[in-house]
Amino acid sequence: MSKHRTQPTSVFDPQLLKSASIEALRKLDPRILYRNPVMFAVEICCFITLVSFILSLTGFSHEPARFTGMVSLWLWLTVIFSTFAEALAEGRGKARAASLRKTRTEVMAKRLITPALDSKYELISANLLRKDDCILVEAGDLLAGDGEVVCGAALVNESAVTGESAPVVRESGGDRSAVTGGTQVIANAIVVRITANPGETFIDRMISLIEGAKRRKTPNEIALEVLLFALTLVFLLVVVNMSPLSLYSVKAAGQGVPVSLTILVALFVCLAPTTIAALLPAIGIAGMDRLFQKNVIAMSGRAIEAAGDVNILLLDKTGTITLGNREAVAFVPVAGSSEQQLAEAALMASLGDETPEGRSVVTLAKQKCGISHRELPAGATIVPFSAETRLSGLDIDGVVYRKGAADSVFSFVKKQGGTVPKELEEQVSSIAHAGATPLVVSRDSAALGVINLKDILKSGIQERFRQLRSMGIRTVMVTGDNPMTAAAIAAEAEVDDFLAQAKPEDKLRLIRESQEQGLMVAMTGDGTNDAPALAQADVAVAMNTGTQPAREAANIIDLDSNPTKLLDIVEIGKQILMTRGNLTTFSISNDVAKYFAIIPAALLSIYPQLSALNVMRLASPHSAILSAVIFNAVIIPLLIPLALRGTKYRPMPAEKLLVYNLLIYGVGGMIVPFVGIKVIDLVVGQFM
Amino acid sequence: MNAYSWMQILFLFIALFVLIKPVGYFMTKVYQGQWTIFSPILRPCETVLYRLAGVDDTDEMDWKRYATAMLLFNAVGFMALFAILLTQSYLPLNPQQMSSFSWSLAFNTAVSFVTNTNWQAYSGEQAASYFTQMAGLAVQNFVSTASGMAVILTLIRGFVRRQTAALGNFWVDLTRSLLYILLPLSFVAALCLVSQGVIQNFAPYKTTPLVQATTFEMPKSGAVGLQQLKSVAVKDVSIPMGPVASQEAIKELGTNGGGFFNANSAHPYENPTPLSNFLECLLILLIPGGLTVVFGRMVGNSRQGWALLTTMMILMVIAIGVMSWAESGGNPLLRGLGVSGANLEGKEVRFGSGGSALFSALTTGTSCGAVNSMHDSFTPIGGMVPLVLILLGEVIFGGVGSGLYTMLAFVVIAVFIAGLMIGRTPEYLGKKIEVREMWLSLVIVLTAGMVVLIFSGLALILPAGVSAMANSGPHGLTEVLYAYASAANNNGSAFAGLNAGTLFYTMTTSLAMLIGRFVPAVAVLALAGSLASKKYVPPSLGTLPTDQLSFVLWLTLVIIIVGALTFFPALAMGPIIEHLLMTGGN
Repeated sequence: MSKHRTQPTSVFDPQLLKSASIEALRKLDPRILYRNPVMFAVEICCFITLVSFILSLTGFSHEPARFTGMVSLWLWLTVIFSTFAEALAEGRGKARAASLRKTRTEVMAKRLITPALDSKYELISANLLRKDDCILVEAGDLLAGDGEVVCGAALVNESAVTGESAPVVRESGGDRSAVTGGTQVIANAIVVRITANPGETFIDRMISLIEGAKRRKTPNEIALEVLLFALTLVFLLVVVNMSPLSLYSVKAAGQGVPVSLTILVALFVCLAPTTIAALLPAIGIAGMDRLFQKNVIAMSGRAIEAAGDVNILLLDKTGTITLGNREAVAFVPVAGSSEQQLAEAALMASLGDETPEGRSVVTLAKQKCGISHRELPAGATIVPFSAETRLSGLDIDGVVYRKGAADSVFSFVKKQGGTVPKELEEQVSSIAHAGATPLVVSRDSAALGVINLKDILKSGIQERFRQLRSMGIRTVMVTGDNPMTAAAIAAEAEVDDFLAQAKPEDKLRLIRESQEQGLMVAMTGDGTNDAPALAQADVAVAMNTGTQPAREAANIIDLDSNPTKLLDIVEIGKQILMTRGNLTTFSISNDVAKYFAIIPAALLSIYPQLSALNVMRLASPHSAILSAVIFNAVIIPLLIPLALRGTKYRPMPAEKLLVYNLLIYGVGGMIVPFVGIKVIDLVVGQFM
Repeated sequence: MNAYSWMQILFLFIALFVLIKPVGYFMTKVYQGQWTIFSPILRPCETVLYRLAGVDDTDEMDWKRYATAMLLFNAVGFMALFAILLTQSYLPLNPQQMSSFSWSLAFNTAVSFVTNTNWQAYSGEQAASYFTQMAGLAVQNFVSTASGMAVILTLIRGFVRRQTAALGNFWVDLTRSLLYILLPLSFVAALCLVSQGVIQNFAPYKTTPLVQATTFEMPKSGAVGLQQLKSVAVKDVSIPMGPVASQEAIKELGTNGGGFFNANSAHPYENPTPLSNFLECLLILLIPGGLTVVFGRMVGNSRQGWALLTTMMILMVIAIGVMSWAESGGNPLLRGLGVSGANLEGKEVRFGSGGSALFSALTTGTSCGAVNSMHDSFTPIGGMVPLVLILLGEVIFGGVGSGLYTMLAFVVIAVFIAGLMIGRTPEYLGKKIEVREMWLSLVIVLTAGMVVLIFSGLALILPAGVSAMANSGPHGLTEVLYAYASAANNNGSAFAGLNAGTLFYTMTTSLAMLIGRFVPAVAVLALAGSLASKKYVPPSLGTLPTDQLSFVLWLTLVIIIVGALTFFPALAMGPIIEHLLMTGGN
């Protein structure tokens, strides 16, 4: 399968950098910036230092103009770096949205009078389509809007949405009935009932989500902003307090000058958690974007963060844990018949069976017993599976071949006057115990033996569940199978628990019960009957191939329709939170070094003895302060790649992870600025 | 530091760890309304009290009603004490004929005792009658403590309870704290103190002739300049008396700290022997330590309580270590003059530098504020330690109730950041930490610090503030900083050297005490309400374990970093530069 996945755009794509730079300047507008209170405060400081620069230029202040000028310049750069980070994160999304928008060209729709393939239609613009209109879409037509196939079946190319170039089948009824606006029908004709008004379609929602237009701050993000705001307020009071304290100290010591406004402002900006505040918006936007690179669309940032907290994951067995179909793996004959006879009978009973199971029986029979003829013999009558008999098979030359579930075949055999050997019953139950499906084969009134039909697990599935477990997520397999089969598959796949013979309401109940206990539940689903459970789950991942109700009930849509994608979603959710936490810790740890740079410098004229605190041996007071300001500014662009990529997540126990991150971002955050400021001072000290 | 001092510290903590478990278990039983050994006598008393007051003890309050009851109760307590202080001269039990307090001093004192601060801008033996001491001040020593216990109790319930608004009944919590815990413990403690020589009487002050009469020179009243001196002969001395032991016990037990005498626990009638000193140290830590056990038991995981206690212990041991080192090292300037040994200025020789350093660390780490030595006379670093202990927010054991609730607010903040760092939306004890919890915790943790920054800045720029300072330079700055730190954090100890009786200081410190006490307390109740309304999230493999050493260290670091970042500039211009000046030979 070839995929033209959205290429991960490089952070340093020149086109992106250029448009982000322009956007960064536009975001300096205080009316926009006030939404980020910390950076807004820094912008006010920029204006203050600008005034003190002008004052020192015109000789009203004793501070050298090159000092006040440089401080002002670097404070401006601090703000610009922050708006640039946000613009850069948004830019990547915008580029993708633009390519999506191209698919939304003006489309004409064939609106039907009655929902039938042969009905009359009128040509109208797609913009005039309303919910519940029915349209005809023929080969080569673009779908004018989101809808549900109500009549017919067609091959649809959905690459515009999914990046998947192989066309998919869309048909009325069942779980494959949803179609998306902007995709193209390439064979056959279908009647589609429109389910979304123009402007509310899936692609429209995708575009607005990717662009970040509708991006609302998550509660967690707001809580962090509260913390940053409070810290900023405290630091504001610290510098406000420092002014009278230094005034008093000058009087008491009889020497020196009080700390100037420029220095107070510089100290404030250095102390305020500017690093995290500058990168905070970018972290969230970049997270959504990374998710999109994995072909997952999250309807809200909240859903991704919730994914990071998931305790329980409900997975459908079929298509998720196992390959969609069961396969015949063995023939088990009973006394009186050989494997050869059984295989032949099984082959005959399955020749007319076009289901994947039926075909696998044919394949196995050919392979096991060298039976080569598979064409339907002349004069044979196919007996298809029916709900009443629950049997299928073949009648030929008066011989009756049947296969089916054990009890159905048993009663059929008895009706024919045969008997069921005890051994057969034992075989049936031993196969069922092992988690496989026994199909009994009969010829006329004789029960010959059992076909062992097994679920085939997707390769590598155990590894994924082990990873989920190490993240603290319990996996629960949901299946319609009987408990015995379910238990065996569960054991093989290494899921933690299973729900057997599950009806849709059982899923819903399981989710509710788990939520009552305070657990966060994630589930993946695609069918219409999954919709209520999806709506109830905290994290609901719908397959893009799923039905419209399922997609609407979900808050995350997986364009690849790969159910284990949740692992990636969880990882990105955690990464977003971790990046925020790590950068917050880093930002606050940095303050220690900044204090050691600025405080001795600011008070040196009053108390020369404070040079003992100048542990970095910085060249001069002005150089020390400026170096701290410059460090504070340049650390932002240096950390942009980290903010956009997210910090690495390794599944490990919480405590270990905490210690690990504290060592890197906490201890590292204390050491890095000592080195950084010293290095900058070596350069700046030449000029100050 | 000699071996004796180290052993004293060691024994103190051994005694503490032996005692807090039974005390904590007992308190838990009381608060959960279970049967205790006192119940046969006290349960009927409780019932009668509730009936008299018209309180339905099964009626649970939501946080707003609880807060209203708490504030109302404290307001009434304030007015009663204010009235007593203003009318002292007309009231009984006043053998020394003390006059009434001025309105500003009465206001300051009433606020001080209601807020559990016990900042004293007056001298006990010169200004307060026995009636004031007993019916006014000692009553507030009990009820302000019980008030703090009620508040922490609701916060614990907030963590324990699920999806409810009910947080308990303020009147019941208050009554039980008083009847079952504070009164019996104080009674036993007072008897122990009396055995060591602490006095308990209503006698008028005694006048005793001096063994050796002395004379000294004193400026003539109304004279200008220092030349006009008169000679004063002192032949006898007045020895103050009073019901000291009963007040001494609750002073320590309730982390109140308001001394009967001006010299506080340095006075031989308040703290006569090294053993009484040891006892008082133990009393200071007993309930704050016991509350961590109550916390652990009530949330159903004792390890959570031990984790908090360990955090407190780490910080306390560091503080005691630094202070003992600084004080036993003495003053290099005096050493130059030939005086060797520890810094003993302002200390009682019966406690020595070790016993004094220990007491100072305990009294400032908890918001007690009793003193057995003069913090003003400590070495710069030795004096900075008590100041820093106060500025860290009174969480190192902290005040009764207030220490633990402030610590828990720190925990919420630490959990929030740590939770993010491990990729979980943060939770503590199964409760999600969201925007509201964040706001309230920050209010609880940062209010006092902000008050200190604002008021100390004001005092150092306004003439009214500067003129009342006895020392200038870094030491004077430290005194002002200490005064507001002590008031805003409801500690109550003074660095001295500052004339705290002026109108400016009485009013600003009163304001600092009120804000520092009630803003966080109401925020705690709101936090309790918010937490109690939440669902419980069971722990999973991905949950941050908050009862492990890694979290304890992280919490310790958060407390130190928040304090250090807030006060580093002020400390640099105060004790740090003073230390550098001293070691530099100035």
